[in-house]
Amino acid sequence: MLLIIGYNPTQGHPMVGRHIIKARERGAKLIVVDPRKTEIADKADIYLQVPVGYNIPLINGIIHVIIQENLYDREFVQNHVEGFEDLARSVEEYTPACVEKLTGIPQKELVEAARLYARAKAAAIFWGMGVTQFTCGTANVVTLSNLAVITGNLGRPGAGLCPVRGQNNVQGGCDVGGLPNVLTGYLPVASEANRARFEKEWKVRLSPKPGLVKTKIPDAILRGEIRALEVMAENTILTDPDTNHMIHALENIELFVIHELFLTETARLAHVVFPAACWAEEVGTQVNTERRVQLLRKLVDPPGEARPNWWIFGALARKMGYQGMNYSSSREIWDEIRRLVPEMFGGISYARLEQEKGIQWPCPAEDHPGTPILHVGAKFATPSGKAVLRPVFFDSARLREEALREFPNALLATLGELPDQEYPFSLITVRRVYHYNARAMTGRSWPLNVVAPHELIEINAGDAAELGIQDGDMIKLSTRRGYVAARAWVTERVPRRTVIISYHFWEASGNELTTTASDPITGTPQYKLAAVKVEKISDQEAQAIREEKRRKFKPEIEREAVAALKTKTKATGTQRFD
Amino acid sequence: MQETRRIPTVCPYCGAGCGLYVIVENGRIVGVEPEPEHPVNEEELCIKGYYGYHHVHDENRLTSPLIKKDGKFVPVSWDEALNYVAARLTKIIREHGPDACYVTTSGRVTNEDNFAGMKFARAVLGTNNVDVCARV
Repeated sequence: MLLIIGYNPTQGHPMVGRHIIKARERGAKLIVVDPRKTEIADKADIYLQVPVGYNIPLINGIIHVIIQENLYDREFVQNHVEGFEDLARSVEEYTPACVEKLTGIPQKELVEAARLYARAKAAAIFWGMGVTQFTCGTANVVTLSNLAVITGNLGRPGAGLCPVRGQNNVQGGCDVGGLPNVLTGYLPVASEANRARFEKEWKVRLSPKPGLVKTKIPDAILRGEIRALEVMAENTILTDPDTNHMIHALENIELFVIHELFLTETARLAHVVFPAACWAEEVGTQVNTERRVQLLRKLVDPPGEARPNWWIFGALARKMGYQGMNYSSSREIWDEIRRLVPEMFGGISYARLEQEKGIQWPCPAEDHPGTPILHVGAKFATPSGKAVLRPVFFDSARLREEALREFPNALLATLGELPDQEYPFSLITVRRVYHYNARAMTGRSWPLNVVAPHELIEINAGDAAELGIQDGDMIKLSTRRGYVAARAWVTERVPRRTVIISYHFWEASGNELTTTASDPITGTPQYKLAAVKVEKISDQEAQAIREEKRRKFKPEIEREAVAALKTKTKATGTQRFD
Repeated sequence: MQETRRIPTVCPYCGAGCGLYVIVENGRIVGVEPEPEHPVNEEELCIKGYYGYHHVHDENRLTSPLIKKDGKFVPVSWDEALNYVAARLTKIIREHGPDACYVTTSGRVTNEDNFAGMKFARAVLGTNNVDVCARV
């Protein structure tokens, strides 16, 4: 049994989608929760079309039914769980009738979904950014965790909580400590013992003060707190929320350095650009969404003087007088990671990765097979070793103080921006299967550009009819932060008063519209909901907007720089730099 | 003489981590095939897996460090670029402290690149101002 929520597997991760469809064909039941009727929703036993942002009342409602009907796992709750009584009381108000009022989902369907989930021998929950990218993203995840815990759906094959990670190595970037509050292996940097472990290896003193989360960068630049920014492989102005705000911040920073393959829209704003080797040009490891560490091979040489990112950081460290990063290979770095956190990576050597098809961490020893399933035997990394439930209340300003008095560890969830009279539609941003992020890579592949040459804004057929919009007409979307124009894709898959856009094309990027309002715990922005206005426009107006975007993102800077690079190559030949 | 190699590796796009065989002829990637035995993709790939490799040899790839001088990017040597950045970072740290610096790690590069980025921030610059795009 699979519960898919806020996740579009056939577009986001087609090969994960294929596993889900195969499981469905073998007889697994499928519940899909999504505002948009996705391809996977077509295959669902139960499809719940939740309004964008309303996951919490829905899941609380499912928990309510499961507890009312005694469908939870009594033995598991008794032996392995803390906080069940509080959770049970906290969901009392989320009756099927109350959930129907909030979400429009019929009571009968909610009850059926609760029974289907709870009665399954094993139930897994898959979610994507339709859960996490809200100002209440953490609270959303906690409700899903509550649901899995009370039904004992953890630590067993076929069960579990599966947040499906977006990028190829966003898991590994976190695992090795590319985060402001933790070192490699999720060891909090505020702990003296953890710092001592790294200080000994690195032979320096480390700062105990956790850093800022990424989404605070633009405001910190504008306040003069951040004066130097070194970005590795990211087209920040198009992939972070509120493009205009981000551009304004980067135009005002003292030093902006970027490592890139191309002179992307963001790189054009930099003071210094380091040419980087890409995934095909250097050996290295990456970690997929199942914690599977895999080996990337070197396929070809990097062009010209492009270098691996680790080499660039090492060279810069040397120039600044630090000799502890004089690496001569990726393997040397990976072995340092294994030495620092042997409990996680100790057994994962390059030699093993060359033979095996990835190894799932934790893998503490060379003879350890890796860990495909976490929490086996209901062991949890909490002080008591038990799973901890936390009540979640949704948009309950009225209940705020009252709820916190009664439930001190409750989470109070509020949506960041709701539609109003001036901006009456809900905007959702998405990725599409044909491209990746701001197309720095996929935009250079002609087969992908042939099938997906430009943005298409999804709009409900009923709304389109009311606004006089036909499929393929140019439309303009405006929020409090900016506007874009692209062709309309009139469809029944999108609910009323909702429009959907990607952020693949600078000519019409969803992130010119998104809000920087973020989850208070994770700092994740609310990419999945912004209040937006929709208008039909003429082709002339659309052309004028396109010219404005051209002036904003300056493609001619890339052309000029590439011409200068070619002149240099001609003058100096193509000698290699070592 | 034409040399064709078929090299196993991992797809650089999404978090699924599909196994690929990349076909390389005379130092250039000319095609991609799915790895038949791979547990994630079992002999299949999506459209990006099959056709998303052209950027590797794109003629607009950056081939030299660039410094913006009078509003225009100028190709410079690695030594000049590294000296320039090292001097500017040193000055900013001296005047405003290490927390005036920020390094972003990335979901698009290897563990080794990310580790080097975060070690550079923490051990060299002296700040925990480092974060990956997991959050966004």
